[in-house]
Amino acid sequence: MSSQSVSTTSSSIETATGSAKTMVLNMGPQHPSTHGVLRILLELDGETVVKAIPDMGYLHTGIEKSCEDKTYSQAITLTDRIDYLNPLGNNLAYCLAVEKLLGIEVPKRAQYIRVLMVELQRISSHLVWLGTHAIDLGAMSVFLYCFREREEILKIFEFVTGQRMMTSYIRIGGLALDPPTGYLQRVEKFLKMMPGRIDEYEELLTGNRIWMGRTKDVGYISAEDAIALSMTGPTLRAAGVAYDNRKVFPYSSYEEFEFDVPTRTDSDCFARYMIRVAEMRESLKIIRQAMSKIPPEGPVRTEAPGIIPPEREKMKTEMEALIYHFKIFTEGFSPPPGEAFAAIESPRGELGVFIASDGSPKPLRVHFRGPSFINLQALPKLIEGQLIADVIACIGTIDIVLGEVDR
Amino acid sequence: MTETSKQNANVVVERSAVADKLRGWSPNAISEVIEFRGETTIVVPRNVLREVAERCRADKELQFNLLSDATCVDRFPLEPRFELNYHLVSIPRRDRVRLRVRLSSDDPNVDSLVPVWPGANWLEREIFDLFGIRFNDHPDLRRILLPDDWEGHPLRKDYPVEGYRDIAAAATRYTRNRT
Repeated sequence: MSSQSVSTTSSSIETATGSAKTMVLNMGPQHPSTHGVLRILLELDGETVVKAIPDMGYLHTGIEKSCEDKTYSQAITLTDRIDYLNPLGNNLAYCLAVEKLLGIEVPKRAQYIRVLMVELQRISSHLVWLGTHAIDLGAMSVFLYCFREREEILKIFEFVTGQRMMTSYIRIGGLALDPPTGYLQRVEKFLKMMPGRIDEYEELLTGNRIWMGRTKDVGYISAEDAIALSMTGPTLRAAGVAYDNRKVFPYSSYEEFEFDVPTRTDSDCFARYMIRVAEMRESLKIIRQAMSKIPPEGPVRTEAPGIIPPEREKMKTEMEALIYHFKIFTEGFSPPPGEAFAAIESPRGELGVFIASDGSPKPLRVHFRGPSFINLQALPKLIEGQLIADVIACIGTIDIVLGEVDR
Repeated sequence: MTETSKQNANVVVERSAVADKLRGWSPNAISEVIEFRGETTIVVPRNVLREVAERCRADKELQFNLLSDATCVDRFPLEPRFELNYHLVSIPRRDRVRLRVRLSSDDPNVDSLVPVWPGANWLEREIFDLFGIRFNDHPDLRRILLPDDWEGHPLRKDYPVEGYRDIAAAATRYTRNRT
């Protein structure tokens, strides 16, 4: 990467202003506050940022290319690894796109369990965000509290899916397996505990003068600029635009749930913090409703011979089912030629999956519209003209996951 | 999936209105309209892409103000080989549409949409990086994910999944390290 750094510096920053007053500072890629391996070239005039150029690709692993070499079902395990704080959401977006391509429906029970899991995931992702953002700005204890609660969510994931992080639990046509007995009691316990804990974080931060000093009026972006730069998610909602895919283009039965889309108009780092805290509370509301909606019995996988693996019992007793099982796991299934785009509201914004099929068992093209990648584009807009210490706050409130930026 | 398809079914009339609207503006603005799984794809000739995009964004009845995504599909060895897909969202009207441009393999270039949606900047850089498609008048057309000195464009179909590497040399190195 060394040759790249030289050329980036010479072609853009030094010739951009050419001023003797400014200096160029290389921030990252190995810096804790960049939340991964993000490198930013900062041109500074004293402590003020004149120009910023983000540089990424350090985590590029060619996931989209790898997906083209896997069958539709095999590619699910790769989706976990894109946005590693939101594996269930990635699974969901990918499976929605494949299901749209196939034109199959998912049983209601599976849809509600999907909603339950994805909302738990949203809370856990926001907890990681809040913890790391707070530690960047010097509030150490919030980090410890947030990770304590996140651990509880990860335990629920481990109980239900068998994995703490790379779950691959949401599959094409439904779920990988029926959740174990007693999972709702665990979620119930978490729901009882969580509202008080969110209050605790707010007590520590919301009225805190240092916190307000570091975040208020920092990193402002207008709603017009945010839309023009294709921003989505909490960052856009903090600018006053109530764009949330769960409301605007509902998927997975979200239209049956009652929840609010919190918005603010001040559009600074503090507003984005407030939005995410409010979203955690909304997610708790959705989880509560999902729990009452999930029927105790029923299929978690749709019936589509040749596409969805048959039940274990049937496989042992029916010849047809055995043949389908063998065919699905050796050669996969072939959706009709065409394209499908499915978008969900990930914790970071609109996570879209575009799949093009040519009628073969492997996708012709899988593209992930990563909200981190696109929101990061607005970073120079947020930090130019601000102080260098505010760069940290701005990176934090965009809430990037470098795995998703680089894919 | 039912909800999604139902919701799309409801706006089908309005959606073809998008195509009609563009046709009304210029008969050459659209070469094809594809409906598949409730999604509308409007195929646009390459030379009018930017004007059509500008219409979609600025028109009072269309209001596609958010460029959600832009990506490319390589249909090698078919021609025209590349398909660029732009996913537009209208936040006020709650609508989605896809614009598509087809490019042949000799000299794949198209007008950049950065003047229409500044957010197209990195999306186009990504396509340039991974597919080698050039965007005219792009303010900063550099590789974005791969190093500047990378050879080839990995998401092209004629680029092997395992990359170009000397497998024999890698095997020798491996055995040498083990003994």
